[in-house]
Amino acid sequence: MTIPFPSDAWIKAMMVDLNESAAYLEAAKNWEGDFYFVVNPGGTLSEPVTLYMDLWHGKCRDAHAMDDPAALAPAFRLAGPVATWKKVMSKQLDPMQAMMTGQLKLTGNMAMVMKNVRAAKELVESCTRIPTDFPV
Amino acid sequence: MWYFSSPQIVHGEGALSHLGTLTGERACVVTDATLKRLGLLDQVLAALEPGGMQVLVIDSVEPDPSLKTVRAGAQQMLDFAPQWIVALGGGSVIDAAKGMWILYERPDIDAAAINPIETLGLRGKARFVAIPTTSGTGSEATWAIVLTDTDERRKLGLGSREAIPDFAIIDPALVAGLPARLRADTGLDALTHAVEGFTSTYASDFTDGLCLHAAKLVFANLPAAVAGDAAASEHMHNAATLAGLGFGNSMAALAHGMGHSLGGVFHVPHGRAVALFLPYTIEFCVRGGGTRYMELARALDLPAGDEEQAAAGLVKAIRDLERAVGQPLTLEEAGVSREQLEAELGLLVDNAMNDTQTIMATRIASDEELRELFRAAWEGRTVEI
Ligand SMILES: [Zn+2]
Repeated sequence: MTIPFPSDAWIKAMMVDLNESAAYLEAAKNWEGDFYFVVNPGGTLSEPVTLYMDLWHGKCRDAHAMDDPAALAPAFRLAGPVATWKKVMSKQLDPMQAMMTGQLKLTGNMAMVMKNVRAAKELVESCTRIPTDFPV
Repeated sequence: MWYFSSPQIVHGEGALSHLGTLTGERACVVTDATLKRLGLLDQVLAALEPGGMQVLVIDSVEPDPSLKTVRAGAQQMLDFAPQWIVALGGGSVIDAAKGMWILYERPDIDAAAINPIETLGLRGKARFVAIPTTSGTGSEATWAIVLTDTDERRKLGLGSREAIPDFAIIDPALVAGLPARLRADTGLDALTHAVEGFTSTYASDFTDGLCLHAAKLVFANLPAAVAGDAAASEHMHNAATLAGLGFGNSMAALAHGMGHSLGGVFHVPHGRAVALFLPYTIEFCVRGGGTRYMELARALDLPAGDEEQAAAGLVKAIRDLERAVGQPLTLEEAGVSREQLEAELGLLVDNAMNDTQTIMATRIASDEELRELFRAAWEGRTVEI
């Protein structure tokens, strides 16, 4: 069964996957900082969708879709068109290259990112494991 | 979508004289105390003279430069306001100068947060010249910056594509007096850049030729250069920059991840550390599939019937070269005791795990696999995981 992306069900499925991932726990054991994943329109997705994830020392403590993105002020924000998210999540585009070429825009404490790049990689690996139905 | 970044390269006999064409009011030369004592700084100051610029010298860069050194140098630059930054030295000096340049242009940025994701807007205040005095680091041709967080005992693999030097001056006269040990250490760094640059996951048509030719040059010239041959020394100086251009655009991989980690904890010289790990990481990566060792081995006229044979041939050729120039092949030979290794293994693994180069390898090592790799490298054992 595939889960529609982006959706509350999808980010909750990713939370389950992350919390079962020994590789993520190892790589992200020093990670502190919650995230907004902002998925901008494309295909049949007509409005931006913001997904929230609270990541703390190798675990995901909370995950849900945001009705009101202004309601929280997470430490990090990763934003891009849904077509780019699909490429990254289907391993057609390297996530670091996506960020380094501006196809996905990352903002937040960059010292935390540079010291924990493997955590970022394992986070994306988790995305690729979720059976996903994309709107593009 | 990807980029190929390169400085304008001035090479060959007399290349240093290009400094005389630079114009502006002020230049800041970043170097270290040894190069000042050896008179190389004086050569650079003399070469700058025709431009008539006022010069500030920062000669306090230490090996494995710290974030603190970079912050202090940036403050001196902010006070002096140079239009040119001239880095004269090995990788430590050039990397530190790149960090100072970024903080000079962007005092709002923390040195530990220098990253290739955000736009920095460099060159609003100054442009950058890199003059390598060793033949290996390739920093003169890359945008990578390795700085040490002394509190965490960790080398940080930082960088920004904008931090590619404007000019790289590859003058063989500057390495004519290089001590043999430094030639061996840095030359093997160049080889590791060539091999990892060719086999990393970001390798492309734009980097392959540079890496292959650099690897050939190192195998053909390093022993003679270490013995003091002038022609071989010039080839090695060029090979280092070629390898820098190659891996700088395709990234290094696991041997650099482990080498940075080792350097941050035990201060083994960078080239010695990465070359020591390179054979072990080849043995590890070939067992994960997706490698290109046959192509590389063929280019080097090594046995290459299949990936496994090619990897084994490369491992042997690298170790033979290391042996020929008197380098250690194991952590024990590099002066790390078993007790020291076991005491620091947790930190070594943690730092290698999250090094920016580790994730560029074709096979990503887990915590347990990194432990095994460090232990195999201590014992000199074949990697069979
Ligand atoms: Zn290196």
